[in-house]
Amino acid sequence: MSDLSSTEHHLRRAERWHPAEALPWLAAIAVFFLLPDYTVLGTQIMIMILFALSLDLILGYAGIVTLGHAAYFGAGAYATGMVSAHLGWGEPFSGLLIGGAAGALLGLVSGAVLLRYHGLTLLMLTLATAILLQELANATEVWTGGFDGLTGISIEPLFGVFENDLFGRNYYLYVLGVLFVAFLLCRRLVHSPFGRTLVGIRENVARMHAIGTPVYARLLLAYVISAGLAGVAGALFAQSNAYVTLDVLSFARSGAVLIFLILGGTGKLYGAFIGTSVYLILEDELAKLSPEFWEFGLGLVLVLVVLFFRRGVLGAFEDLAAKLRTGRS
Amino acid sequence: MSAALEIRGLNKSFGALPVASDVSLALEPGARHALIGPNGSGKTTLVNLITGALAPDSGKVMLNGRDITSLSQARRVRRGLARTFQINQLFAGLTVLENVLLAIAERSGTAHKLWRRASRDSAVTGEAYALLEQLRIHDDALKVTGELPYGHQRLVEIAITLGLDPKVLLLDEPAAGIPSAESHLILDAIAALPDSIAVLIIEHDMDVVFRFAHRISVLVSGTIMREGSPGEIAADEEVRAVYLGEERNG
Repeated sequence: MSDLSSTEHHLRRAERWHPAEALPWLAAIAVFFLLPDYTVLGTQIMIMILFALSLDLILGYAGIVTLGHAAYFGAGAYATGMVSAHLGWGEPFSGLLIGGAAGALLGLVSGAVLLRYHGLTLLMLTLATAILLQELANATEVWTGGFDGLTGISIEPLFGVFENDLFGRNYYLYVLGVLFVAFLLCRRLVHSPFGRTLVGIRENVARMHAIGTPVYARLLLAYVISAGLAGVAGALFAQSNAYVTLDVLSFARSGAVLIFLILGGTGKLYGAFIGTSVYLILEDELAKLSPEFWEFGLGLVLVLVVLFFRRGVLGAFEDLAAKLRTGRS
Repeated sequence: MSAALEIRGLNKSFGALPVASDVSLALEPGARHALIGPNGSGKTTLVNLITGALAPDSGKVMLNGRDITSLSQARRVRRGLARTFQINQLFAGLTVLENVLLAIAERSGTAHKLWRRASRDSAVTGEAYALLEQLRIHDDALKVTGELPYGHQRLVEIAITLGLDPKVLLLDEPAAGIPSAESHLILDAIAALPDSIAVLIIEHDMDVVFRFAHRISVLVSGTIMREGSPGEIAADEEVRAVYLGEERNG
């Protein structure tokens, strides 16, 4: 049995807020009040969540696999850092916009070329793009500080009042706020007609061509939005650390964000939250537990997740919930 | 009045191998035209040339009297030229409804919108649902397409193209791979296609061809060997020798 109104109802329910969606935000607020020692780590985790979220738009929804997403994170970090270090512009919110614009602009220029390719070719070219950019940053020492890193970044207090204090409490709330706004934007985007066409492209690009979709233009727009968000994450990174090194553009960072997302589950937005948190908290705890062998433990967890939870941690929860539901009915 | 679809003197070679030689064909509005030919005769190549997946070496493709030879595949679709695929090209992980929604959103020009809630596009949802009702697959609307029986998936393939509101529809072996118990589904759907659409059906199954086609073109080694009414084609000795004979032996 089915009719139009019940079908429409079903469609709308799929995008309505689920009570469980409050959990990550409540958890973030709880950490702020209950675990004040963890606000600095929490800030860095939330910055990486935003970075992973930006990757989810293109990887999880549009199906673009990239090993060079740090290029846009790094562009945002350097842009925000250099504007402060060289031009003395340290107002934080406009700094975010500058970082986002730098990421988006680089996304437009590089994406215009990259998105003409597919599969392994695309993968290699994204990797090459980030490496080239890292070399460029290394070579232009006058502006970027090169290998020694960019120093002299001075960020003004938020709203002219709240400093980046030693315990990072103000910045924790600042990053949380930015993450929340970015998340709302992403959530709206993936439920829009545009977001649906991205999923269509991921599912079957040949069919998308055959229904008249300008596939390249759609992918490029998604890529620019994703790069812009990655740039904002990079800007937050530069602001919170007041220091930028070549590491922001590194292959390790591109790889890490990919692992965060796969660990959490792609194409669900919340996978970015879970994967990044699990990985970085585990890394922190294991490093404390065993300063020598912590990477082994982390590797083991990754292998187990990939072997037994193909759809990531969030996917495993979804499967469990589905099983419980069918068991009950 | 200009033809709905006309191809003039199409040529295409893969290296030294000619796969289409001076192919010409015209479909009047509302035509039911079949393209038949033995395996390897170039039917699929011709479909790809018409839809724009391949570019011809020379010749023209005209849609409603306008030259579309240089247009991309997607632009041709937006001008009203739609196709189904010999092997299903569906969004297997999405629901049947979502498959059709994508096509309708694209055609109606809402698909690029970033800031609208897709589920609130009642006009698009309503049209998609009506289309599913028309093809009698509305009970499958919320099922995952890849999990449906193959015959139903073939209907989704047709539903997607109808969502594009085509003037010309290319059906590439629509009955291929369907178990005989389900074949009536697809035959009924083809029979019910509106007269406003000119249909070019590429088919192996002679029952399907002789049931629907008013004109038949026989393609052999990349050239149109014969064109005529079903009666003329059935009676043609040469066609029987080249094609129908091969069917019987094969």
